[in-house]
Amino acid sequence: MAQEFDLIVIGSGPGGYVAAIRASQLGLKVAIVEREDLGGICLNWGCIPTKALLKSGEKYESLSHLKDYGLAATGASFDFDAIIQRSRGVAATMNKGVTFLMKKNKIEVIEGSAKLEKGAAAPKVVVALKDGGSRTVEAKAVMLAVGARARALPQIGLEADGDKIWAYREALAPKRLPKSFVVIGSGAIGLEFASFYRALGSEVTVVEAVDRIMPVEDEEVSKAAQKAFEKRGIKFRVGAKVTKVNKTASGVKVDIEAGGKPESLEAEVCISAVGITANTDGIGLEALGVTMDRGHIVIDSHCQTNVKGLYAIGDCAGAPWLAHKASHEGIHAAEHIAGYKSPNVHSPIAGCTYTTPQVASVGVTEQAAKADKREIKVGRFPFRVNGKAVAAGDTDGFVKVIFDAKTGALIGAHMIGHEVTEMIQGFVTAITLEATEEDIHGIVYPHPTMSEAMHEASLDAYGRVIHL
Amino acid sequence: MTDILMPALSPTMEEGTLSKWHIKAGDTVSAGDVIAEIETDKATMEVEAVDEGEVAEILVPEGSEGVKVNAVIARLKGEGGLAAPAPKVEAAKVEAPKAEAAPAKADPAAAPSTPSGSPSPASGGGSGERVFSSPLARRLAKQAGLDLKAIKGTGPKGRIVAADVEAAGKGGGAKTAPTPARGEARQVLSLEQQGIKPGSYDLVPLDGMRKAIARRLTDSFRDVPHFPLTIDCEIDGLLAARAKVNAMLESQGVKVSVNDFVMKASAMALKAVPEANASYTPEGIAMHHHADVAMAVAIDGGLITPIIFAAETKSLSQISAESKDLAKRARERKLKPEEFQGGTFSVSNLGMFGIKTFASIINEPQGAIMSVGAGEQRPVVTKDGKLAVATVMSVTLTCDHRVVDGAIGAKFLQVFKQMIEDPVTMLA
Repeated sequence: MAQEFDLIVIGSGPGGYVAAIRASQLGLKVAIVEREDLGGICLNWGCIPTKALLKSGEKYESLSHLKDYGLAATGASFDFDAIIQRSRGVAATMNKGVTFLMKKNKIEVIEGSAKLEKGAAAPKVVVALKDGGSRTVEAKAVMLAVGARARALPQIGLEADGDKIWAYREALAPKRLPKSFVVIGSGAIGLEFASFYRALGSEVTVVEAVDRIMPVEDEEVSKAAQKAFEKRGIKFRVGAKVTKVNKTASGVKVDIEAGGKPESLEAEVCISAVGITANTDGIGLEALGVTMDRGHIVIDSHCQTNVKGLYAIGDCAGAPWLAHKASHEGIHAAEHIAGYKSPNVHSPIAGCTYTTPQVASVGVTEQAAKADKREIKVGRFPFRVNGKAVAAGDTDGFVKVIFDAKTGALIGAHMIGHEVTEMIQGFVTAITLEATEEDIHGIVYPHPTMSEAMHEASLDAYGRVIHL
Repeated sequence: MTDILMPALSPTMEEGTLSKWHIKAGDTVSAGDVIAEIETDKATMEVEAVDEGEVAEILVPEGSEGVKVNAVIARLKGEGGLAAPAPKVEAAKVEAPKAEAAPAKADPAAAPSTPSGSPSPASGGGSGERVFSSPLARRLAKQAGLDLKAIKGTGPKGRIVAADVEAAGKGGGAKTAPTPARGEARQVLSLEQQGIKPGSYDLVPLDGMRKAIARRLTDSFRDVPHFPLTIDCEIDGLLAARAKVNAMLESQGVKVSVNDFVMKASAMALKAVPEANASYTPEGIAMHHHADVAMAVAIDGGLITPIIFAAETKSLSQISAESKDLAKRARERKLKPEEFQGGTFSVSNLGMFGIKTFASIINEPQGAIMSVGAGEQRPVVTKDGKLAVATVMSVTLTCDHRVVDGAIGAKFLQVFKQMIEDPVTMLA
């Protein structure tokens, strides 16, 4: 059978659809296979709809602080269904956007579930079409962008049932607003749901197995985040291992073990946010002999698997499980397939958590740098002395930066506070362009902005802080 | 164990090709034995052992390209520390030379060198040409004492990033110094960006000589204000003189070529018009004492310009013998650095290809280069206004206007024409 396409992308999340557009820009004839909704989890069941929910929660919560600004309003309330509807509407809008982009870039969308079979230049793609029947397509290259899903732990009863035990899907489109939650896992997903439901008044307890919340973040940030969340009424159990999730008549009973002592937490609903599993099963990878490592597809620096013509990008190819990492890999892989050489494969990837307050970071933590025995210079600056933050009443949080003491390279930046997710890109740019302290010190930060704290933290690392 | 290191065959050498091993594991070598041949962008040179002992292992196989200076290439059994074999050629005599062979495609210019008196290029600055590099890369290079200009960038549009400097540091190459690679810093669109598809051509890697040619001639053509002057010379008299000379020298096996006459006449004319035998430097004009005339020799993969030193003092037969020897060794890439570094003037001859006139690119820091066309029968108008046939050879002088103004170049060509048309006047 002749090759109909230059490239077939499997999965239309932020990795797959971006790769398809880039490949099309480079003149390749591209098809994209999607079994569900264009845009993948990110657009439909992840990044975007959660941001819609969190915005509703944040706005509602801010009403209780109106007095601080000399304002008053009475009878504040919310319509839970309308909040969820808005979030679904946002997802639908973005989904339509991707449909338009596929059309604009002349990318053929094949709706159905793909399976790979041995092929010539690249594996053949057999699609079980959504509308019935099947279609086999071939291309010079095939890119797996199949993503990941919530991890289930059936051995301890942690398996979403859509009623008492939720994963992100149920938590995004609930039929009711539960009065209380136990959230298992204190990564970005668990905390964002904790933050949202707490904003609407639910009782929330977050259980984390490691001895601090947000284990991937810098310790100081973890500590500050926990304090800020506790101030909002979220409870935490850190260093606590979940031994069993039991369904009861009224909800769930989560058995945990903290410090050797067994304990039970009761709530109406349990949200499972214990990580993700790559969607690598049932697509014929074993038969092709694709090399895997702990459930993820192993790729080289151009996102190629060990099978000729087969590429893999994004969540299914390993951590960090972030949409922007998937897009970046997708673009790189598409350019490689089109015969181009694009530099900067290993650009730094920032992580963002959209809780109240927000957390954002890029590069190494202080603990990781010390474990690596690197000589470092650390600078900090709190928002409480930043003019714009004081004026806006957003004084929670700080900026922390880590420089390599020998070379002056910025190697890590950690922020917690209002809208820090919009500021981290300043440090991402600095690290990507390999800025040293001298360059950052020489940058003029506009006044008054919260970004001035980024400058001050960088100055602080070298004993030059102005406003402390 | 004694390590044998890749030697630096010239002060600017950063890497070379290990073209041939004369030893193998198990051989016994003593000091002075030729153990290997190393090819640089300029020449192939033999390497002698400085230590003695049994060869334990050869670490870099024959034919390896891009072997960094000071890399361990082989090991001798027995005691002893590091020992870099001394190159057979004493290259260190040349003072901070811009040691790259020059020339261009259809335009053999001559091999360059910095004459005494001209400033040696300051490392890391002075050129004013921007090397695209990240701030961190610049700092790492400074800390490690590496010259950014000698490092290949792998970032966007060839930008030098930290990883490139780290790699260069590990490779041991790119130490501070060499000639600013100004030509290479220019931003050029890729072939793809210019509409030539990958796969529609083969890519021949740039060797040291090609890079040197590209860099030096780009610099020269862009930075030196140059202009050509062309004059026709009737060479029937020269051809007759050549026949006589060769008949006389036949018994000695000497055969003088037209080019030998051109070399000799150039040297004599340079002595007569010393302003044309000069180099521009920011401190002043260097007026050279001798006419060290370089001749462009086309060789596989490029060209090189060996020099007849003090050519004004040498006889035609001496010039003839020297040129033949230099050209032969140039083709074998066996010239010593001092044989192609330091000329004051160049001659490039494409007459054998039937080229009528051409204008070579100045071989910095020389003040002028002469391009010699074919001697061919052409109609000429005699003094009494009649049409006649003569053997005519056109020569073009490309002048560096900073040193050689139009009138000086014209005066030089007048003298040259006089001498080449009537060789007996060279005796004056």
